[in-house]
Amino acid sequence: MDQSNIAIELTDVDKHFGAVHANDKVNLSVKTGTIHGIVGENGAGKSTLMSILYGFYQSDSGQIKVFNKKFRATSSRQSIEAGIGMVHQHFMLVDNFTVLENVILGSEGGALISESLDKARIELTRLAKEYGLEVELDVPVESLSVGMQQRVEILKGLYKGAKILILDEPTGVLTPQESDELFRIFEALKKQGVTIILITHKLREIMNITDYVSVMRAGKMVAHRQTSETNPEELAELMIGRKVLFNIKKSKAKSGKPLLIAKNLEIHNEQGMKRVSEVSFEARSGEILGIAGVTGNGQGTLLKALAGILPLSKGSIKILGETISPEITLNPAQLRNLGVAHVPEDRQKMGMIADFSASETALLGYHNDKEINQGIWLKRSSVKANCQSIMEAFDVRPTNPDLKSSSFSGGNQQKLILAREFERDPEVLIIGQPTRGVDIGAIEFIRKRIIEMRDAGKAIILISVELEEIMSLSDRIIVMCDGEITGTVDASDADEATLGMMMANALISQEKSNEAQL
Amino acid sequence: MTRDRRLSWINGLLLPLFNVLTAFLATAVVFILIDVNPIEATKILIYGAFGYEEGIGYTLYYTTNFIFTGLAVAVAFHAGLFNIGGEGQAYVGGLGTALVALYIDPTLSAWLIIPLGISGGLLFGAMWAIIPAYLQAYRGSHIVITTIMFNFLASALMVYLLVHVLREVGQMSPQSKDFPDSAWIPFVHDVFAGMGYKIAESPLNLSFIIALLFSALVWFFLWHTRWGFAIRATGKSNDAAVYSGINPKKIIVVTMCISGALAGLVGINELMGVQHRLLLDFNYGYGFGGIAVALMGRNHPIGIIIAALLFGILYQGGMDLAFEMQSVSRHIIVVMQGLVILFCGGLEYLYRPILIRFLAPIEASE
Repeated sequence: MDQSNIAIELTDVDKHFGAVHANDKVNLSVKTGTIHGIVGENGAGKSTLMSILYGFYQSDSGQIKVFNKKFRATSSRQSIEAGIGMVHQHFMLVDNFTVLENVILGSEGGALISESLDKARIELTRLAKEYGLEVELDVPVESLSVGMQQRVEILKGLYKGAKILILDEPTGVLTPQESDELFRIFEALKKQGVTIILITHKLREIMNITDYVSVMRAGKMVAHRQTSETNPEELAELMIGRKVLFNIKKSKAKSGKPLLIAKNLEIHNEQGMKRVSEVSFEARSGEILGIAGVTGNGQGTLLKALAGILPLSKGSIKILGETISPEITLNPAQLRNLGVAHVPEDRQKMGMIADFSASETALLGYHNDKEINQGIWLKRSSVKANCQSIMEAFDVRPTNPDLKSSSFSGGNQQKLILAREFERDPEVLIIGQPTRGVDIGAIEFIRKRIIEMRDAGKAIILISVELEEIMSLSDRIIVMCDGEITGTVDASDADEATLGMMMANALISQEKSNEAQL
Repeated sequence: MTRDRRLSWINGLLLPLFNVLTAFLATAVVFILIDVNPIEATKILIYGAFGYEEGIGYTLYYTTNFIFTGLAVAVAFHAGLFNIGGEGQAYVGGLGTALVALYIDPTLSAWLIIPLGISGGLLFGAMWAIIPAYLQAYRGSHIVITTIMFNFLASALMVYLLVHVLREVGQMSPQSKDFPDSAWIPFVHDVFAGMGYKIAESPLNLSFIIALLFSALVWFFLWHTRWGFAIRATGKSNDAAVYSGINPKKIIVVTMCISGALAGLVGINELMGVQHRLLLDFNYGYGFGGIAVALMGRNHPIGIIIAALLFGILYQGGMDLAFEMQSVSRHIIVVMQGLVILFCGGLEYLYRPILIRFLAPIEASE
């Protein structure tokens, strides 16, 4: 292989964290001017590897070459100097700074800011033209859409002279259309000779835009492929080491009577901002109702109101014979007693308590139950036994109720929460992001369980930012954008393009402009 | 041993131990600076605290106060609240106890008066905590600020009451008349004498047993009742508490009342146990000391008993030290206490990175 053509070359890179072998003799070579995907389950060692490249960690042994020069970074500054730029999953931007100010952050130059601002303005205008990355420079970052903020991150990297861009799960927060836009930018960057390393778990993206793909599993690099010569099934199998069912089989829904009827809901979030308005829908027994939408378009707020955490400002919810309205509220405990289970969107902050043992996390929401209380005494042995049995039912590993909740993997934490909510035989299930940050093996398991609950005649409301998840699980889909319902479709009629348009509210505005023309 | 287990050993035992040792080392440096042999001083201090019966009695008598205020701080801490108001709550709690002792029919049985006195302390202590609690829960005023302010209010209130209202007629000093005998909690030396053993007289009284009882109660309450669970859940994660149907506002108010009530028990030991009348500043320093005790005791009742004992030793041994050694001022106690607070509180995690690196290295990265 022509050595001069290689942007990054890793030879036998090894990294231990105590007993855990996070990177086990990893070899990787990335050609200059290509888009190289790295896939792997959570905990496979992708992030550790990228952190080594970005100077957060140092490898224990092995060699790294960047543009054929030996490389060992102890801080991100050295990586930037070597030409590596990183776009993190959570943007590292100062919200109330302008785009320009954000870009020069960390490379301010002299004591006076105005000089470097002027210099940056000229340079950024040039970069924006060259790569098709137009962004308004003088608006605060917080007023930009997520897609635009991501562009700012990319610009930041390029401004600092990056020839290699590493992007960690860049499409997680984007609509399909925004993702397509991002991929167009990738193409433009590639044409200019920029090397792109894309870390993702979405195999479809890998197939669509990468030139090469490397698969990691349990700290090891298990395969390198030319993208044109592989397929998603092979990649998935390499990632988890066995075959996976991608399309979970489910029979047609036997929809029964509506168990939850929401009418004209208007909801304000904790900060008092109106996030949901004029939302009406029904959830019927034996049916999964999917709510699709880009993160932050009111689905989360809706979920909290359905679970009794936020009050309604307008409208009403009829649920299992009770009615919730702005005047009559039911708290989460009362709703649980009615038979409403809630799997929260934010597992870490809401669904569990990291410092509590698994048995205490499994007690959240149910600590007043009669079976575990005797007078004033909370029977810890019952609590533990109960946790043990639901852990076994949901295959939570390690099956140890005394272990701290935070020491379980994401997938096992989620299984524990689902077990807690499902095993009490609720009638209505409100489920947010059931498989976020969960490894592929557990995703399959969780989705199967959700379908089992549906087939047992429960009404399920599912909120997810993963369109693929919504489409493969739901029987009916409603799409939310900016706090309103922008579309309702039968799952059988749904395709990604239409849903994407609805998520961006493009259909409605199109219709409106059509109407205006008429 | 799993990493979890190791970490809890590090957090629960090694850290406080190392912190206390560092505080002692720093104290030794202070001794050297004032030309006192630290080893000699330590000998005197230990002898003063444990060397003779009266000394032991004093040590345990001080320990009693620190257990009450340490428990108070710990309970609030488990709900994520930092109760700095133990000083004021102890003071006003003492008022509650004194009012029962002063105005109840003295011919009633001690078996009735003493429990009523305890209830008075609990009630008044809780009352003094409820306003800051309400302000925190429903108005967003920070509990640290309001409880500090309430310490000053308590101080002013008690001076006023002792000078103008409760002062014994014809007395110059600001203190109440003596409690009737039936409102005295028995001294330990009297109890022993009743059983035929003669031990030296000291202020140690049966309040010490009450303090141990309350430690057990707090332990049971926090870890073995649904209310304790709700408090701990709220302290660890407000979001998770709300999700569970717990009302964090109510938890704040209830927890602060419990915390204030526990601090209010200082008056049992000091007033019903030792002084037998209400007087100025009987609470002095115990409320603040309780913060250090709770920090050092890792907010666990067993840890609190041990830490309170250490503070009792410092108080009693320190007094003896000041008495024995001319060049040592009795304020050396305050210096030692300050160093313990500095290293156990302010620099709590000083050794954590090192201990973790050697004893429990990180295993997972992602």
